Amino acid sequence: MMEKMIFGRYIPGESFVHKLDPRAKLLFVFGFIIIVFLANNAITYGILISFTFLVMLLSRIRPYFIINGLKPVLLLLVFTFFIHILFTKEGDLLFELGFLKVYEEGLRQGIFISIRFLVLVFMTTILTLTTSPISITDGLEVLLNPLKKVKFPVHELALMMSIALRFIPTLMDETDKIMKAQMARGSDLSAGPMKDRIKAVVPLLVPLFVSAFKRAEDLATAMEVRGYRGGEGRTRYRQLNWQLRDTVILVALIGLAVGLFLVRG
Amino acid sequence: MTEILSLNAVTFSYAPEEPNSKNAVDNVSFSISKGQWIAIVGHNGSGKSTIAKLMNGLLAPTSGEVRFDRDVLTEENLWDVRSQMGMVFQNPDNQFVGATVQDDVAFALENSGVAFDDMVKRVHESLAQVKMDGFLNHEPHHLSGGQKQRVAIAGALALRPKLLILDEATSMLDPQGRIEVLQTVQQLRRETGLTVISITHDLEEAMLADRVLFMNGGKKFAEGTPTEIFTLGDELTALGLDLPFAMKVSRLLQQQGVQLTGQHLTEEELVNDLWTSNFNK
Repeated sequence: MMEKMIFGRYIPGESFVHKLDPRAKLLFVFGFIIIVFLANNAITYGILISFTFLVMLLSRIRPYFIINGLKPVLLLLVFTFFIHILFTKEGDLLFELGFLKVYEEGLRQGIFISIRFLVLVFMTTILTLTTSPISITDGLEVLLNPLKKVKFPVHELALMMSIALRFIPTLMDETDKIMKAQMARGSDLSAGPMKDRIKAVVPLLVPLFVSAFKRAEDLATAMEVRGYRGGEGRTRYRQLNWQLRDTVILVALIGLAVGLFLVRG
Repeated sequence: MTEILSLNAVTFSYAPEEPNSKNAVDNVSFSISKGQWIAIVGHNGSGKSTIAKLMNGLLAPTSGEVRFDRDVLTEENLWDVRSQMGMVFQNPDNQFVGATVQDDVAFALENSGVAFDDMVKRVHESLAQVKMDGFLNHEPHHLSGGQKQRVAIAGALALRPKLLILDEATSMLDPQGRIEVLQTVQQLRRETGLTVISITHDLEEAMLADRVLFMNGGKKFAEGTPTEIFTLGDELTALGLDLPFAMKVSRLLQQQGVQLTGQHLTEEELVNDLWTSNFNK
């Protein structure tokens, strides 16, 4: 199951999109999320789709891989599509089947909302697929820096994020180990009524929490020994490097926004 | 020899208010010269790890003083002293702070505000010292235990410390990983004249040291060269510490009536004695 999940996964690569500065990518995706709402007719949605397709090509990730990974989202998509079709009662009546009445406006809305949704999911997936978690953290830290003025603990947040990300695989391994150890002692996690299954999770959760506390303590000691005193006076090993291509994609995004604004109905 | 670290009558208790609580470390004094390798041995609960924490100020002694480079360790010079002391702990997973190998090695350098260019140079240098320079972008869960410990040593070395403390740094490793780590430390010591304090259960590791400190119940029980310590023999076994393999074999052989002279600390000594013993008949 985990192999097929592509949310939050990072596929290393050397493409144009991979090489972009994480700050540029984050700004781009935030901007894109807003721009998507400018589209309101067939042409504008067409432009959005081709733009997304272009970005996907630039990222050199196989479309099949993304589409396959997004199958769970498809269900949600189909659901929203049908809700729109069934409950929007505007425009001409297209056809009627018993109590089922499909109107022109409903069909239009259904298609457009689905496209909007799909395009957003695609874009954000491409972001996480082409950017390592640690550079997303770095990018976020720099972008959030202005918030320091209102006493927002930006450095602490970024540190917490990077430690959390670094420990995900470690804790996954540990969960797996504890699960197998409890199974070896006769605990059954996958059968029986709901109540029993929930009860069986307790012998899994408690050791996991205890060991997380232990880990946190060890890590804090190790950090203190290595001279960690908070964000003040630290230098950074990871340097972000804004290049021409980063400016280019942001300009392209503005161009897209202007274009959409002009052709929208 | 110039002294680098010393403990003067250091006592420490985790619960000083309770009258009946035992001191974790009781009136311990010793000093370490530059370039020495000291092993601190003793069974669980003998105060070994507490001593490690007292040495770099993670714990403050209830009474007595810790001196580093002749200065008494205080709140004021604590961070300065820590930047000259590298420490490697037991669990390779829990002390890995960075997302990748190079981030982890750079962590201590970032903390002490080393400039970027210098930092890159030192990260590569110290990773080359522990032979992990091919793993710059590897993530911790793709490394073996021994590799992670070597990265932790590199992280400590990047600061160019005067003193390296190994707090049971090899106890969670397999024999292969243990040998790798110990060889790395040995070699570094030869090349850079580093002072090493290793806190350990492992007798082979203690044999490598110039001097062994044997702790029992929070007190210093004995101090001397490995030969002096291990010739205590039965006294050690009575206190729950094992003897080196060669010594045990030598004892069993002598019980079986094989003519051997004295104690044998290393396999080499034993083998030499065995194959010359035939000529003595």
